[in-house]
Amino acid sequence: MHMADALVIPAVAGTMYLASSAAAGVSVHKVKLENDPGKIPAMGVMGAFVFAAQMINFTIPGTGSSGHLCGGLLLSAILGPYAGFLSMIGVLLTQCLFFADGGLLALGCNIWNMAFYGCFVGALLIWEPMMRGGASKKKILAASVLGSVLTLQMGAFSVVLETTLSGITELPFGAFVMAMQPIHLAIGLVEGLITAAVLCFIYDARPELLWGIGGEEKAEGRLTLGRTLVLLGGGAALIAGVLSLFASALPDGLEWAMERTAGTSELAGSGAVYEAAEGIQSTLSFLPDYAFKGSESAAGTTVSGLVGALIVGVLCFLIAAALRRRRRV
Amino acid sequence: MSRITGALREMQTIEETSSRDQWVNALHPLVKFCVTIFYLVSVISCGRYDLTRVLGLALYPFFLFEMAELSFRDALVRLRIVLPLVCIVGIFNPILDRQPAAEFLGFTLTTGLLSMLTLMAKGVLTVLSSYLLAATTPVKGICTAMRMVHIPRMIVTEFMLIWRYLSLFLGEAEKTSQAYSLRAPGQKGIAISSWGSLLGSMLLRSMDRASEVYEAMCLRGFTGDFPSVREEKIHRRDMTYLAAMGAGILFLRLVPVLSLIGGIFV
Repeated sequence: MHMADALVIPAVAGTMYLASSAAAGVSVHKVKLENDPGKIPAMGVMGAFVFAAQMINFTIPGTGSSGHLCGGLLLSAILGPYAGFLSMIGVLLTQCLFFADGGLLALGCNIWNMAFYGCFVGALLIWEPMMRGGASKKKILAASVLGSVLTLQMGAFSVVLETTLSGITELPFGAFVMAMQPIHLAIGLVEGLITAAVLCFIYDARPELLWGIGGEEKAEGRLTLGRTLVLLGGGAALIAGVLSLFASALPDGLEWAMERTAGTSELAGSGAVYEAAEGIQSTLSFLPDYAFKGSESAAGTTVSGLVGALIVGVLCFLIAAALRRRRRV
Repeated sequence: MSRITGALREMQTIEETSSRDQWVNALHPLVKFCVTIFYLVSVISCGRYDLTRVLGLALYPFFLFEMAELSFRDALVRLRIVLPLVCIVGIFNPILDRQPAAEFLGFTLTTGLLSMLTLMAKGVLTVLSSYLLAATTPVKGICTAMRMVHIPRMIVTEFMLIWRYLSLFLGEAEKTSQAYSLRAPGQKGIAISSWGSLLGSMLLRSMDRASEVYEAMCLRGFTGDFPSVREEKIHRRDMTYLAAMGAGILFLRLVPVLSLIGGIFV
Protein backbone atom coordinates (compact mmCIF):
# COMPACT_ATOMS: atom_id res chain seq x y z
CA MET A 1 0.00 0.00 0.00
CA HIS A 2 3.06 2.26 -0.05
CA MET A 3 2.36 5.12 -2.44
CA ALA A 4 5.03 6.29 -4.85
CA ASP A 5 5.74 9.97 -5.50
CA ALA A 6 4.43 9.58 -9.04
CA LEU A 7 0.94 8.85 -7.76
CA VAL A 8 0.35 12.24 -6.15
CA ILE A 9 0.46 15.89 -7.15
CA PRO A 10 2.17 18.48 -4.91
CA ALA A 11 -1.14 19.80 -3.57
CA VAL A 12 -2.27 16.40 -2.29
CA ALA A 13 1.23 15.50 -1.03
CA GLY A 14 1.49 18.82 0.83
CA THR A 15 -1.96 18.51 2.40
CA MET A 16 -1.24 15.01 3.61
CA TYR A 17 2.13 16.15 4.99
CA LEU A 18 0.29 18.83 6.97
CA ALA A 19 -2.24 16.33 8.32
CA SER A 20 0.43 13.78 9.25
CA SER A 21 2.65 16.47 10.79
CA ALA A 22 -0.25 17.58 12.99
CA ALA A 23 -0.75 14.00 14.19
CA ALA A 24 3.02 13.66 14.76
CA GLY A 25 3.08 16.94 16.71
CA VAL A 26 0.30 15.71 19.02
CA SER A 27 2.09 12.37 19.44
CA VAL A 28 5.43 13.99 20.32
CA HIS A 29 3.65 16.16 22.89
CA LYS A 30 1.83 13.16 24.40
CA VAL A 31 4.99 11.04 24.61
CA LYS A 32 6.82 13.93 26.28
CA LEU A 33 4.00 14.17 28.83
CA GLU A 34 4.51 10.50 29.68
CA ASN A 35 8.02 11.52 30.85
CA ASP A 36 9.47 8.06 30.29
CA PRO A 37 13.07 8.47 29.06
CA GLY A 38 13.30 4.79 28.19
CA LYS A 39 10.47 5.14 25.69
CA ILE A 40 12.56 6.56 22.83
CA PRO A 41 15.03 3.65 22.67
CA ALA A 42 12.05 1.28 22.98
CA MET A 43 10.38 3.03 20.05
CA GLY A 44 13.55 2.72 17.97
CA VAL A 45 14.14 -0.93 18.81
CA MET A 46 10.47 -1.82 18.29
CA GLY A 47 10.49 0.03 14.97
CA ALA A 48 13.48 -2.05 13.85
CA PHE A 49 11.72 -5.19 15.09
CA VAL A 50 8.56 -4.44 13.07
CA PHE A 51 10.66 -3.74 9.98
CA ALA A 52 12.44 -7.07 10.36
CA ALA A 53 9.20 -8.92 11.18
CA GLN A 54 7.64 -7.56 7.97
CA MET A 55 10.24 -9.54 6.05
CA ILE A 56 9.06 -12.89 7.41
CA ASN A 57 6.41 -14.64 5.32
CA PHE A 58 3.55 -16.41 7.02
CA THR A 59 1.65 -19.22 5.28
CA ILE A 60 -2.05 -18.43 4.79
CA PRO A 61 -3.94 -21.65 5.57
CA GLY A 62 -5.94 -23.08 2.68
CA THR A 63 -4.16 -21.02 0.05
CA GLY A 64 -0.82 -21.33 -1.67
CA SER A 65 0.20 -17.82 -0.75
CA SER A 66 1.75 -16.10 2.22
CA GLY A 67 1.26 -12.80 4.00
CA HIS A 68 3.25 -10.56 6.28
CA LEU A 69 2.84 -8.22 9.21
CA CYS A 70 2.29 -4.45 8.74
CA GLY A 71 2.71 -3.54 12.38
CA GLY A 72 0.71 -0.38 13.15
CA LEU A 73 -1.74 -2.00 15.53
CA LEU A 74 0.94 -4.27 17.01
CA LEU A 75 3.18 -1.30 17.83
CA SER A 76 0.25 0.59 19.37
CA ALA A 77 -0.79 -2.39 21.48
CA ILE A 78 2.73 -2.52 22.95
CA LEU A 79 3.87 1.11 23.04
CA GLY A 80 0.54 2.95 23.06
CA PRO A 81 -0.92 4.87 20.10
CA TYR A 82 1.31 7.95 20.28
CA ALA A 83 4.67 6.20 20.63
CA GLY A 84 3.43 3.55 18.18
CA PHE A 85 2.59 6.24 15.64
CA LEU A 86 6.06 7.81 15.98
CA SER A 87 7.67 4.38 15.60
CA MET A 88 5.69 3.78 12.42
CA ILE A 89 6.88 7.15 11.08
CA GLY A 90 10.47 5.99 11.65
CA VAL A 91 9.76 2.68 9.88
CA LEU A 92 8.08 4.37 6.90
CA LEU A 93 10.87 6.96 6.65
CA THR A 94 13.51 4.21 6.63
CA GLN A 95 11.58 2.26 4.02
CA CYS A 96 11.16 5.23 1.72
CA LEU A 97 14.70 6.59 2.02
CA PHE A 98 16.74 3.40 1.94
CA PHE A 99 14.50 0.79 0.31
CA ALA A 100 12.48 2.90 -2.15
CA ASP A 101 9.31 1.53 -0.57
CA GLY A 102 7.10 4.59 -0.88
CA GLY A 103 8.09 8.07 -2.03
CA LEU A 104 9.67 10.90 -0.09
CA LEU A 105 6.96 13.37 -1.14
CA ALA A 106 4.25 10.76 -0.69
CA LEU A 107 5.52 10.07 2.84
CA GLY A 108 2.76 12.25 4.32
CA CYS A 109 0.17 10.12 2.49
CA ASN A 110 1.83 6.88 3.58
CA ILE A 111 2.04 7.99 7.22
CA TRP A 112 -1.64 8.88 7.12
CA ASN A 113 -2.77 5.75 5.28
CA MET A 114 -0.76 3.24 7.27
CA ALA A 115 0.35 4.74 10.58
CA PHE A 116 -2.49 7.12 11.44
CA TYR A 117 -5.33 4.69 10.91
CA GLY A 118 -3.43 1.74 12.40
CA CYS A 119 -2.28 3.57 15.50
CA PHE A 120 -5.05 6.05 16.25
CA VAL A 121 -8.19 4.48 14.84
CA GLY A 122 -7.05 0.92 15.55
CA ALA A 123 -5.70 1.54 19.04
CA LEU A 124 -7.92 4.32 20.38
CA LEU A 125 -11.25 3.41 18.83
CA ILE A 126 -11.03 -0.38 18.75
CA TRP A 127 -8.26 -1.84 20.92
CA GLU A 128 -8.57 0.41 23.95
CA PRO A 129 -12.40 0.41 24.31
CA MET A 130 -12.50 -3.37 23.87
CA MET A 131 -9.78 -3.94 26.48
CA ARG A 132 -11.18 -1.47 29.00
CA GLY A 133 -12.95 -4.10 31.11
CA GLY A 134 -9.94 -6.43 31.08
CA ALA A 135 -8.27 -8.45 28.38
CA SER A 136 -8.86 -12.00 27.24
CA LYS A 137 -7.57 -13.99 24.28
CA LYS A 138 -10.95 -13.78 22.54
CA LYS A 139 -11.02 -10.02 22.98
CA ILE A 140 -7.46 -9.71 21.69
CA LEU A 141 -8.35 -11.79 18.62
CA ALA A 142 -11.51 -9.77 17.95
CA ALA A 143 -9.77 -6.41 18.44
CA SER A 144 -6.77 -7.37 16.30
CA VAL A 145 -8.84 -8.69 13.38
CA LEU A 146 -11.42 -5.91 13.53
CA GLY A 147 -8.72 -3.24 13.97
CA SER A 148 -6.54 -4.55 11.14
CA VAL A 149 -9.40 -5.05 8.68
CA LEU A 150 -10.96 -1.66 9.40
CA THR A 151 -7.72 0.33 9.35
CA LEU A 152 -6.50 -1.35 6.17
CA GLN A 153 -9.83 -0.64 4.51
CA MET A 154 -9.53 3.01 5.53
CA GLY A 155 -5.94 3.13 4.32
CA ALA A 156 -6.81 1.54 0.96
CA PHE A 157 -9.72 3.95 0.53
CA SER A 158 -7.38 6.87 1.27
CA VAL A 159 -4.98 5.62 -1.43
CA VAL A 160 -7.86 5.65 -3.92
CA LEU A 161 -8.97 9.09 -2.78
CA GLU A 162 -5.47 10.60 -2.91
CA THR A 163 -4.71 9.08 -6.33
CA THR A 164 -8.05 10.16 -7.77
CA LEU A 165 -7.70 13.69 -6.38
CA SER A 166 -4.25 13.83 -7.98
CA GLY A 167 -5.93 13.09 -11.30
CA ILE A 168 -3.31 10.70 -12.61
CA THR A 169 -5.54 7.76 -13.47
CA GLU A 170 -8.38 7.33 -15.96
CA LEU A 171 -9.78 4.56 -13.79
CA PRO A 172 -13.24 5.62 -12.53
CA PHE A 173 -13.43 6.15 -8.78
CA GLY A 174 -15.93 3.31 -8.28
CA ALA A 175 -13.89 0.81 -10.25
CA PHE A 176 -10.71 1.82 -8.41
CA VAL A 177 -12.44 1.37 -5.05
CA MET A 178 -13.71 -2.04 -6.14
CA ALA A 179 -10.20 -3.05 -7.13
CA MET A 180 -8.54 -1.89 -3.92
CA GLN A 181 -10.97 -2.69 -1.11
CA PRO A 182 -11.51 -6.48 -1.54
CA ILE A 183 -7.80 -7.28 -1.82
CA HIS A 184 -7.11 -5.23 1.30
CA LEU A 185 -9.93 -7.03 3.08
CA ALA A 186 -7.99 -10.28 2.66
CA ILE A 187 -4.69 -8.61 3.59
CA GLY A 188 -6.32 -7.04 6.67
CA LEU A 189 -7.68 -10.39 7.78
CA VAL A 190 -4.24 -12.04 7.55
CA GLU A 191 -2.56 -9.09 9.26
CA GLY A 192 -5.19 -9.24 12.01
CA LEU A 193 -4.63 -12.95 12.59
CA ILE A 194 -0.84 -12.53 12.75
CA THR A 195 -1.19 -9.56 15.13
CA ALA A 196 -3.63 -11.53 17.29
CA ALA A 197 -1.29 -14.54 17.43
CA VAL A 198 1.62 -12.38 18.57
CA LEU A 199 -0.42 -10.38 21.09
CA CYS A 200 -2.00 -13.55 22.55
CA PHE A 201 1.51 -14.95 23.01
CA ILE A 202 2.57 -11.73 24.79
CA TYR A 203 -0.63 -11.84 26.87
CA ASP A 204 0.29 -15.34 28.06
CA ALA A 205 3.97 -14.62 28.65
CA ARG A 206 4.12 -11.01 29.86
CA PRO A 207 0.69 -9.32 29.95
CA GLU A 208 2.15 -6.22 31.64
CA LEU A 209 3.73 -5.30 28.27
CA LEU A 210 0.35 -4.77 26.61
CA TRP A 211 -0.99 -1.23 26.48
CA GLY A 212 -4.46 -0.25 27.63
CA ILE A 213 -5.58 -3.53 29.17
CA GLY A 214 -7.53 -3.50 32.43
CA GLY A 215 -8.03 0.31 32.44
CA GLU A 216 -5.01 0.91 34.63
CA GLU A 217 -4.30 4.32 33.11
CA LYS A 218 -5.94 7.52 34.25
CA ALA A 219 -8.80 8.65 32.05
CA GLU A 220 -7.52 12.22 31.69
CA GLY A 221 -4.29 10.99 30.09
CA ARG A 222 -6.20 9.37 27.26
CA LEU A 223 -8.13 10.54 24.30
CA THR A 224 -11.79 9.70 24.90
CA LEU A 225 -14.05 8.43 22.12
CA GLY A 226 -15.83 11.80 21.90
CA ARG A 227 -12.58 13.79 21.72
CA THR A 228 -11.16 11.40 19.15
CA LEU A 229 -14.26 11.77 16.97
CA VAL A 230 -14.08 15.56 17.28
CA LEU A 231 -10.37 15.45 16.32
CA LEU A 232 -11.07 13.13 13.38
CA GLY A 233 -13.96 15.32 12.24
CA GLY A 234 -11.78 18.42 12.51
CA GLY A 235 -9.01 16.72 10.56
CA ALA A 236 -11.45 15.65 7.87
CA ALA A 237 -12.85 19.18 7.63
CA LEU A 238 -9.32 20.61 7.40
CA ILE A 239 -8.33 18.21 4.64
CA ALA A 240 -11.54 18.83 2.72
CA GLY A 241 -11.12 22.58 3.15
CA VAL A 242 -7.49 22.69 2.07
CA LEU A 243 -8.02 20.26 -0.80
CA SER A 244 -10.99 22.25 -2.03
CA LEU A 245 -8.57 25.11 -2.71
CA PHE A 246 -7.08 22.99 -5.46
CA ALA A 247 -10.35 21.58 -6.73
CA SER A 248 -10.33 23.94 -9.70
CA ALA A 249 -7.38 21.98 -11.11
CA LEU A 250 -9.59 18.93 -11.48
CA PRO A 251 -12.50 18.32 -13.85
CA ASP A 252 -15.62 19.42 -11.98
CA GLY A 253 -19.35 19.62 -12.44
CA LEU A 254 -19.21 23.18 -13.76
CA GLU A 255 -16.72 22.31 -16.48
CA TRP A 256 -18.84 19.32 -17.39
CA ALA A 257 -21.98 21.45 -17.54
CA MET A 258 -20.23 24.13 -19.63
CA GLU A 259 -19.01 21.54 -22.07
CA ARG A 260 -22.56 20.19 -22.45
CA THR A 261 -24.14 23.58 -22.94
CA ALA A 262 -21.48 25.68 -24.70
CA GLY A 263 -19.42 22.91 -26.27
CA THR A 264 -16.30 24.05 -24.40
CA SER A 265 -15.12 24.04 -20.81
CA GLU A 266 -12.96 27.15 -21.27
CA LEU A 267 -14.33 30.69 -21.47
CA ALA A 268 -12.88 32.56 -24.43
CA GLY A 269 -10.96 35.72 -23.52
CA SER A 270 -9.33 38.37 -25.65
CA GLY A 271 -7.17 41.44 -25.33
CA ALA A 272 -3.52 42.21 -24.56
CA VAL A 273 -3.95 41.93 -20.79
CA TYR A 274 -5.63 38.54 -21.14
CA GLU A 275 -2.90 37.24 -23.45
CA ALA A 276 -0.12 38.54 -21.19
CA ALA A 277 -1.74 37.00 -18.12
CA GLU A 278 -2.26 33.72 -19.94
CA GLY A 279 1.39 33.70 -21.01
CA ILE A 280 2.59 34.24 -17.43
CA GLN A 281 0.18 31.64 -16.11
CA SER A 282 1.17 28.97 -18.61
CA THR A 283 4.86 29.61 -17.87
CA LEU A 284 4.67 29.69 -14.09
CA SER A 285 1.83 27.24 -13.44
CA PHE A 286 3.26 24.58 -11.13
CA LEU A 287 0.19 22.41 -10.86
CA PRO A 288 -0.65 19.96 -13.63
CA ASP A 289 -2.75 21.50 -16.34
CA TYR A 290 -5.56 19.10 -17.08
CA ALA A 291 -6.79 21.22 -19.97
CA PHE A 292 -3.71 19.91 -21.81
CA LYS A 293 -5.62 16.80 -22.80
CA GLY A 294 -6.10 16.46 -26.54
CA SER A 295 -4.89 19.99 -27.20
CA GLU A 296 -2.82 20.99 -30.20
CA SER A 297 0.22 21.67 -28.03
CA ALA A 298 0.15 18.12 -26.68
CA ALA A 299 0.43 16.65 -30.12
CA GLY A 300 2.87 19.26 -31.35
CA THR A 301 5.39 19.04 -28.57
CA THR A 302 5.22 15.27 -28.14
CA VAL A 303 6.82 14.34 -31.46
CA SER A 304 9.53 17.00 -31.29
CA GLY A 305 10.03 16.16 -27.62
CA LEU A 306 10.52 12.48 -28.30
CA VAL A 307 13.01 13.27 -31.06
CA GLY A 308 14.75 15.63 -28.65
CA ALA A 309 14.80 12.95 -25.97
CA LEU A 310 16.40 10.54 -28.40
CA ILE A 311 19.10 13.06 -29.34
CA VAL A 312 19.82 14.06 -25.74
CA GLY A 313 19.83 10.40 -24.69
CA VAL A 314 22.48 9.57 -27.29
CA LEU A 315 24.47 12.65 -26.29
CA CYS A 316 24.30 11.71 -22.60
CA PHE A 317 25.42 8.18 -23.40
CA LEU A 318 28.40 9.51 -25.37
CA ILE A 319 29.33 11.96 -22.59
CA ALA A 320 29.10 9.18 -19.99
CA ALA A 321 31.27 6.88 -22.10
CA ALA A 322 33.85 9.66 -22.53
CA LEU A 323 33.86 10.39 -18.79
CA ARG A 324 34.36 6.72 -17.93
CA ARG A 325 37.20 6.40 -20.43
CA ARG A 326 38.82 9.49 -18.93
CA ARG A 327 38.51 8.06 -15.43
CA ARG A 328 40.13 4.81 -16.50
CA VAL A 329 43.03 6.73 -18.00
CA MET B 1 18.25 -14.85 -2.14
CA SER B 2 15.65 -14.23 0.59
CA ARG B 3 13.97 -10.86 1.10
CA ILE B 4 15.93 -10.39 4.32
CA THR B 5 19.28 -11.11 2.66
CA GLY B 6 18.30 -8.68 -0.11
CA ALA B 7 17.43 -5.99 2.42
CA LEU B 8 20.71 -6.52 4.28
CA ARG B 9 22.63 -6.26 1.02
CA GLU B 10 20.82 -3.05 0.10
CA MET B 11 21.64 -1.59 3.51
CA GLN B 12 25.29 -2.50 3.07
CA THR B 13 25.37 -0.93 -0.41
CA ILE B 14 23.81 2.28 0.86
CA GLU B 15 26.25 2.43 3.81
CA GLU B 16 29.22 1.94 1.50
CA THR B 17 28.19 4.42 -1.20
CA SER B 18 27.14 7.11 1.26
CA SER B 19 30.47 7.02 3.07
CA ARG B 20 32.66 7.25 -0.07
CA ASP B 21 35.09 10.08 -0.61
CA GLN B 22 33.18 11.91 -3.38
CA TRP B 23 32.49 15.61 -3.78
CA VAL B 24 28.72 14.97 -3.86
CA ASN B 25 28.99 13.06 -0.59
CA ALA B 26 30.91 15.93 0.98
CA LEU B 27 28.15 18.47 0.28
CA HIS B 28 25.99 19.68 3.14
CA PRO B 29 23.10 17.22 3.72
CA LEU B 30 20.50 19.98 4.04
CA VAL B 31 21.44 21.34 0.62
CA LYS B 32 21.12 17.90 -0.98
CA PHE B 33 17.83 17.38 0.85
CA CYS B 34 16.43 20.70 -0.44
CA VAL B 35 17.57 20.00 -4.02
CA THR B 36 15.95 16.54 -3.88
CA ILE B 37 12.64 17.90 -2.60
CA PHE B 38 12.68 20.66 -5.24
CA TYR B 39 13.39 18.10 -7.95
CA LEU B 40 10.64 15.78 -6.75
CA VAL B 41 8.11 18.63 -6.71
CA SER B 42 9.25 19.67 -10.20
CA VAL B 43 8.76 16.15 -11.55
CA ILE B 44 5.41 15.36 -10.01
CA SER B 45 4.01 18.79 -10.88
CA CYS B 46 4.46 18.13 -14.60
CA GLY B 47 1.19 17.63 -16.46
CA ARG B 48 -0.11 14.13 -17.03
CA TYR B 49 0.65 14.29 -20.77
CA ASP B 50 3.88 16.25 -20.40
CA LEU B 51 6.14 13.29 -21.15
CA THR B 52 8.83 15.33 -22.90
CA ARG B 53 9.22 17.73 -19.97
CA VAL B 54 9.47 14.79 -17.56
CA LEU B 55 12.08 13.16 -19.80
CA GLY B 56 13.97 16.48 -19.89
CA LEU B 57 14.11 16.42 -16.10
CA ALA B 58 15.92 13.06 -16.35
CA LEU B 59 19.08 15.05 -17.06
CA TYR B 60 19.47 15.86 -13.35
CA PRO B 61 19.75 12.27 -12.05
CA PHE B 62 21.77 11.30 -15.12
CA PHE B 63 24.25 14.11 -14.47
CA LEU B 64 24.56 13.34 -10.77
CA PHE B 65 24.83 9.58 -11.21
CA GLU B 66 27.77 10.17 -13.50
CA MET B 67 29.39 12.79 -11.30
CA ALA B 68 28.95 10.74 -8.12
CA GLU B 69 30.01 7.53 -9.93
CA LEU B 70 26.91 5.68 -8.76
CA SER B 71 25.62 2.48 -10.28
CA PHE B 72 22.38 2.84 -12.26
CA ARG B 73 21.79 -0.87 -11.78
CA ASP B 74 21.67 -0.58 -7.98
CA ALA B 75 19.13 2.20 -8.31
CA LEU B 76 16.99 0.51 -10.96
CA VAL B 77 16.73 -2.64 -8.84
CA ARG B 78 14.72 -0.56 -6.39
CA LEU B 79 12.04 0.09 -8.98
CA ARG B 80 10.69 -3.42 -8.41
CA ILE B 81 8.92 -2.17 -5.29
CA VAL B 82 7.49 1.06 -6.68
CA LEU B 83 6.63 0.21 -10.28
CA PRO B 84 3.92 -2.44 -9.69
CA LEU B 85 1.51 -0.01 -7.97
CA VAL B 86 2.34 2.73 -10.48
CA CYS B 87 1.64 0.28 -13.32
CA ILE B 88 -1.65 -0.87 -11.77
CA VAL B 89 -2.80 2.74 -11.53
CA GLY B 90 -1.59 3.70 -15.01
CA ILE B 91 -2.31 0.54 -16.99
CA PHE B 92 -5.97 1.46 -17.54
CA ASN B 93 -5.19 4.85 -19.05
CA PRO B 94 -4.47 3.54 -22.60
CA ILE B 95 -7.67 1.45 -22.48
CA LEU B 96 -9.97 4.17 -21.14
CA ASP B 97 -8.47 7.18 -22.90
CA ARG B 98 -7.94 6.49 -26.61
CA GLN B 99 -7.92 10.02 -27.98
CA PRO B 100 -5.09 10.35 -30.52
CA ALA B 101 -2.40 12.78 -29.41
CA ALA B 102 0.39 12.45 -31.98
CA GLU B 103 1.97 10.32 -34.69
CA PHE B 104 5.46 9.00 -33.99
CA LEU B 105 7.34 6.74 -36.43
CA GLY B 106 3.99 5.70 -37.97
CA PHE B 107 2.57 4.83 -34.58
CA THR B 108 -0.42 6.72 -33.18
CA LEU B 109 0.21 7.87 -29.65
CA THR B 110 -3.03 8.11 -27.68
CA THR B 111 -3.41 10.47 -24.74
CA GLY B 112 -3.99 7.44 -22.51
CA LEU B 113 -0.68 5.88 -23.55
CA LEU B 114 1.01 9.23 -23.14
CA SER B 115 -0.32 9.65 -19.59
CA MET B 116 0.73 6.10 -18.69
CA LEU B 117 4.27 6.64 -20.01
CA THR B 118 4.46 9.97 -18.19
CA LEU B 119 3.37 8.31 -14.97
CA MET B 120 5.99 5.59 -15.33
CA ALA B 121 8.70 8.10 -16.18
CA LYS B 122 7.76 10.07 -13.08
CA GLY B 123 7.92 6.88 -11.01
CA VAL B 124 11.40 6.05 -12.28
CA LEU B 125 12.79 9.58 -11.84
CA THR B 126 11.45 10.06 -8.32
CA VAL B 127 12.98 6.75 -7.23
CA LEU B 128 16.32 7.66 -8.82
CA SER B 129 16.46 11.06 -7.12
CA SER B 130 15.57 9.61 -3.71
CA TYR B 131 18.28 6.99 -4.23
CA LEU B 132 20.72 9.77 -5.07
CA LEU B 133 20.02 11.43 -1.73
CA ALA B 134 20.32 8.20 0.24
CA ALA B 135 23.42 6.97 -1.63
CA THR B 136 25.37 10.20 -1.19
CA THR B 137 24.33 11.14 2.34
CA PRO B 138 25.15 9.09 5.44
CA VAL B 139 22.33 8.51 7.93
CA LYS B 140 23.99 10.92 10.34
CA GLY B 141 23.83 13.60 7.63
CA ILE B 142 20.16 12.92 6.94
CA CYS B 143 19.48 13.24 10.66
CA THR B 144 21.39 16.56 10.69
CA ALA B 145 19.25 17.85 7.82
CA MET B 146 16.11 16.70 9.62
CA ARG B 147 17.12 18.52 12.78
CA MET B 148 17.92 21.67 10.79
CA VAL B 149 14.40 21.72 9.33
CA HIS B 150 13.07 21.40 12.89
CA ILE B 151 11.81 17.84 12.78
CA PRO B 152 11.34 16.92 16.48
CA ARG B 153 14.40 15.47 18.17
CA MET B 154 12.39 12.47 19.32
CA ILE B 155 11.61 11.40 15.74
CA VAL B 156 15.19 11.97 14.57
CA THR B 157 16.65 9.96 17.47
CA GLU B 158 14.16 7.17 16.90
CA PHE B 159 14.91 7.12 13.16
CA MET B 160 18.63 6.84 13.89
CA LEU B 161 18.03 4.03 16.36
CA ILE B 162 15.90 2.14 13.84
CA TRP B 163 18.71 2.34 11.30
CA ARG B 164 21.35 1.30 13.84
CA TYR B 165 19.46 -1.75 15.03
CA LEU B 166 17.90 -2.73 11.73
CA SER B 167 20.76 -4.91 10.54
CA LEU B 168 20.79 -6.65 13.93
CA PHE B 169 17.09 -7.41 13.79
CA LEU B 170 17.17 -8.38 10.13
CA GLY B 171 19.98 -10.80 10.94
CA GLU B 172 17.95 -12.24 13.79
CA ALA B 173 14.83 -12.53 11.62
CA GLU B 174 16.86 -14.32 8.96
CA LYS B 175 18.35 -16.77 11.47
CA THR B 176 14.90 -17.45 12.93
CA SER B 177 13.19 -18.09 9.59
CA GLN B 178 16.19 -20.13 8.38
CA ALA B 179 16.05 -22.29 11.51
CA TYR B 180 12.30 -22.75 10.97
CA SER B 181 12.65 -23.66 7.29
CA LEU B 182 15.35 -26.22 8.14
CA ARG B 183 12.89 -27.93 10.47
CA ALA B 184 10.01 -27.61 7.98
CA PRO B 185 11.55 -28.28 4.58
CA GLY B 186 9.45 -27.45 1.51
CA GLN B 187 7.03 -25.33 3.52
CA LYS B 188 6.32 -21.86 2.18
CA GLY B 189 6.42 -19.42 5.08
CA ILE B 190 5.66 -20.01 8.75
CA ALA B 191 2.70 -22.27 9.67
CA ILE B 192 -0.24 -20.72 11.55
CA SER B 193 0.50 -22.75 14.70
CA SER B 194 3.87 -21.03 15.02
CA TRP B 195 2.86 -17.45 14.16
CA GLY B 196 2.45 -16.31 17.75
CA SER B 197 5.36 -18.09 19.40
CA LEU B 198 7.89 -17.32 16.67
CA LEU B 199 7.20 -13.61 16.32
CA GLY B 200 6.17 -13.22 19.97
CA SER B 201 9.46 -14.59 21.32
CA MET B 202 11.32 -12.33 18.88
CA LEU B 203 9.30 -9.38 20.17
CA LEU B 204 10.01 -10.23 23.82
CA ARG B 205 13.73 -10.46 23.07
CA SER B 206 13.46 -7.07 21.34
CA MET B 207 11.78 -5.50 24.35
CA ASP B 208 14.49 -6.85 26.65
CA ARG B 209 17.10 -5.61 24.24
CA ALA B 210 15.45 -2.16 24.22
CA SER B 211 15.88 -1.85 27.98
CA GLU B 212 19.50 -3.06 27.73
CA VAL B 213 20.13 -0.54 24.96
CA TYR B 214 18.65 2.22 27.06
CA GLU B 215 20.77 1.31 30.09
CA ALA B 216 23.90 1.22 27.93
CA MET B 217 23.00 4.59 26.42
CA CYS B 218 22.45 6.09 29.88
CA LEU B 219 25.84 4.79 31.03
CA ARG B 220 27.42 6.57 28.06
CA GLY B 221 25.71 9.84 29.00
CA PHE B 222 22.63 9.78 26.75
CA THR B 223 20.38 12.75 27.49
CA GLY B 224 17.85 12.43 24.70
CA ASP B 225 20.02 13.43 21.75
CA PHE B 226 22.94 12.00 19.80
CA PRO B 227 25.99 14.28 20.09
CA SER B 228 27.07 13.27 16.57
CA VAL B 229 23.87 14.79 15.13
CA ARG B 230 24.62 18.47 15.31
CA GLU B 231 24.12 21.37 12.97
CA GLU B 232 26.91 21.79 10.44
CA LYS B 233 27.90 25.03 8.81
CA ILE B 234 26.79 25.54 5.22
CA HIS B 235 29.79 26.51 3.08
CA ARG B 236 30.02 28.60 -0.08
CA ARG B 237 30.37 25.50 -2.29
CA ASP B 238 27.13 24.13 -0.82
CA MET B 239 25.33 27.35 -1.68
CA THR B 240 26.84 27.27 -5.18
CA TYR B 241 25.59 23.71 -5.64
CA LEU B 242 22.14 24.68 -4.37
CA ALA B 243 21.94 27.66 -6.71
CA ALA B 244 23.26 25.76 -9.74
CA MET B 245 21.06 22.72 -9.25
CA GLY B 246 18.03 24.83 -8.35
CA ALA B 247 18.45 26.92 -11.49
CA GLY B 248 19.10 23.86 -13.63
CA ILE B 249 16.01 22.02 -12.40
CA LEU B 250 13.88 25.16 -12.73
CA PHE B 251 15.13 25.61 -16.29
CA LEU B 252 14.31 22.01 -17.20
CA ARG B 253 10.90 22.38 -15.56
CA LEU B 254 9.96 25.61 -17.32
CA VAL B 255 11.66 25.21 -20.70
CA PRO B 256 10.73 22.23 -22.89
CA VAL B 257 14.37 21.54 -23.74
CA LEU B 258 13.79 18.24 -25.52
CA SER B 259 10.97 19.67 -27.65
CA LEU B 260 13.19 22.60 -28.65
CA ILE B 261 16.08 20.33 -29.62
CA GLY B 262 13.75 17.97 -31.48
CA GLY B 263 12.07 20.93 -33.18
CA ILE B 264 15.33 21.74 -34.95
CA PHE B 265 15.25 18.39 -36.73
CA VAL B 266 11.50 17.81 -37.21
